[in-house]
Amino acid sequence: MRLEARPHVPLALSLLAPAGAVAAALLLCALLVAWSGASVPRAYALMAEGALGSRFALTETLTRATPLILTGLAAAVAFRAKLWNIGAEGQLYMGALVAVVLGGGLFDLPSWLLLPLVLIAGAAAGGATLLGPAVLKVRFGVDEVVTTLLLNFIVLLFVSMLLEGALKDPMGMGWPQSAPVIEAAELPKLVERTRLHAGLLLALGLAALLWFVDTRTVWGYENRAVGANPRAAQFAGMPVTRIMLRTALVSGGLAGLAGAAEVTGLKGYLTLDLSPGFGYSGIVVAMLAQLHPIGVVGAAVFIAAVFVGADAMSRATAVPNYIADVLVALSLLCMMVAGLLARYRLRRG
Amino acid sequence: MAEILDILVSAAFWTAVLRIASPYILGTLGELVCERAGVLNLGIEGIMVLGAMTGWMTVYQGGGLWVGVLAACTAGALLGLLHALLTVPLGLSQHVAGIGVTLLGSSLSYFTYRLVLPQASTPPTIEPFQPLPLPGLLAQTPLTYLAVALVGLVAYVLYRTPLGLAVRTVGENPAAVEAQGLSVTGLRIGAVVAGSALMGLAGAFLTLSAFNAFFFNMINGRGWICIALVVFASWRPGKALLGAVLFAAFDAFQLRLQQVAGGALPYQLFLMLPYLLSIAALVLMSRRAAYPRALMIPYRKGER
Repeated sequence: MRLEARPHVPLALSLLAPAGAVAAALLLCALLVAWSGASVPRAYALMAEGALGSRFALTETLTRATPLILTGLAAAVAFRAKLWNIGAEGQLYMGALVAVVLGGGLFDLPSWLLLPLVLIAGAAAGGATLLGPAVLKVRFGVDEVVTTLLLNFIVLLFVSMLLEGALKDPMGMGWPQSAPVIEAAELPKLVERTRLHAGLLLALGLAALLWFVDTRTVWGYENRAVGANPRAAQFAGMPVTRIMLRTALVSGGLAGLAGAAEVTGLKGYLTLDLSPGFGYSGIVVAMLAQLHPIGVVGAAVFIAAVFVGADAMSRATAVPNYIADVLVALSLLCMMVAGLLARYRLRRG
Repeated sequence: MAEILDILVSAAFWTAVLRIASPYILGTLGELVCERAGVLNLGIEGIMVLGAMTGWMTVYQGGGLWVGVLAACTAGALLGLLHALLTVPLGLSQHVAGIGVTLLGSSLSYFTYRLVLPQASTPPTIEPFQPLPLPGLLAQTPLTYLAVALVGLVAYVLYRTPLGLAVRTVGENPAAVEAQGLSVTGLRIGAVVAGSALMGLAGAFLTLSAFNAFFFNMINGRGWICIALVVFASWRPGKALLGAVLFAAFDAFQLRLQQVAGGALPYQLFLMLPYLLSIAALVLMSRRAAYPRALMIPYRKGER
């Protein structure tokens, strides 16, 4: 048996691959659900209902999907150019940090001016955070996987230091949290009496924009060329170093924006549990989407539904809500195999 | 100044250094074995979490301490096998597969822990390994002695046996191994499984020796630091031991400095130092880094 590359991957196959991967992951997780002593059909039904079963559940899922779209895009853009950015978690917190500093009443500006400023600054902070590892990679050949991973821990400690020090909310009852952003720096709500905010539109717009850039512009072409074969791109006269750094700024920027949008749209202030691993889940989102910007939206909604649904399920059954994390991890691994089967076919001999 | 000297000459300090170094020694050795065979194993972080949880849970459920150690190694080896199957015969991205294995290892551990102990607000404890004084040496727990002995064993196997030669060659020039009639796939899978068992042991050290309970986030980036230490050690077991001890000495020193200089600086600054140090080590060593030449390059028979 050996693998033979398909000359063209049919669209149906590239849509079937994530569906098959998710189905396989759900089947494997059913074993864990059964081990917990819960009925598998009932548990999955509760999960689907908790994520999609009512208007409120739907808005919760979309609220959760918003940062996942952005971190998913961050991973997709970087992985496309073979820049292994595993540091979206840290970049997200840097974006959130800058957002609470600038949006906390430092400037008394009208909302139409302050809000873009806060969001752009948050994105810039995320981009700057990834620029360091990217420079180390292109300049000294230091593997960016390890540096971006280690930076996640450094950033979290840095945020923790500021939340217990300079940024600590004097009205926060001693909790390590920042003061809330002012009203002019808040993203508007999309649906009354829910938590869904305009960050979703921002994320959707950016996904469309990235798809356009990716397929219709020189920038996107260069990105893909560098990812496919950096040496060939170099021979073709492309400024590979500059393209790498540009990709790092965009990828880190998207993750930073995810943090800024969470603060200005959802939480209002910054704590150390702002993100339950959005940065890491973003990698799964990007892989399920096969690094396609529009696919990222679908994958992010799915992963968000898993998390929201698992919370609801674990309240009603004995299944711990960590089942969601297992399901996400298994989806990633199954997706890798499914992607392989879509790109290659098995041949005898 | 005198205070700093006092710290450095005290026996208690060096006892702590070896204790702190042990999981790094084991984890770095494990990663080194994988990478020497040409496979980057980013699953290390999750494998350490699973090793820590499995070892602890086995003892908590009534198993002996050494049974716990064995269980942790087995759990590590199984996750390693998963990583190996994805990356060696299937040739999938070692980066992404590793991240996936890490996510799976940690989420499975947390799931299992919560399932068995749904209401544990303060983590239940076990009776861990006790220090075992050897004549002329600092008193350490058995797993620390084992870690140091394993450095010798891995070095011996890698440099003095035909198997070690084959493993090293498969990470440099797999086609040459194939030409000798050996299986590239078999050697790589074996190395990743063995290395991952060591990572599982590294995790179990924390719950069975250093502490007596399992906490969420207890590995806390130690796996990633091991990956940096492998680069620092130029993929050599002896240097890995040296690197881990140097790193631990630095860590133990900052812990004591924190007590001496307590309050003057935020404690988070001290906690950042190990991570910053790892990045600095990577940058310093990057110019001279002699990566195994086939690292991260999947091998497919008859393909160039």
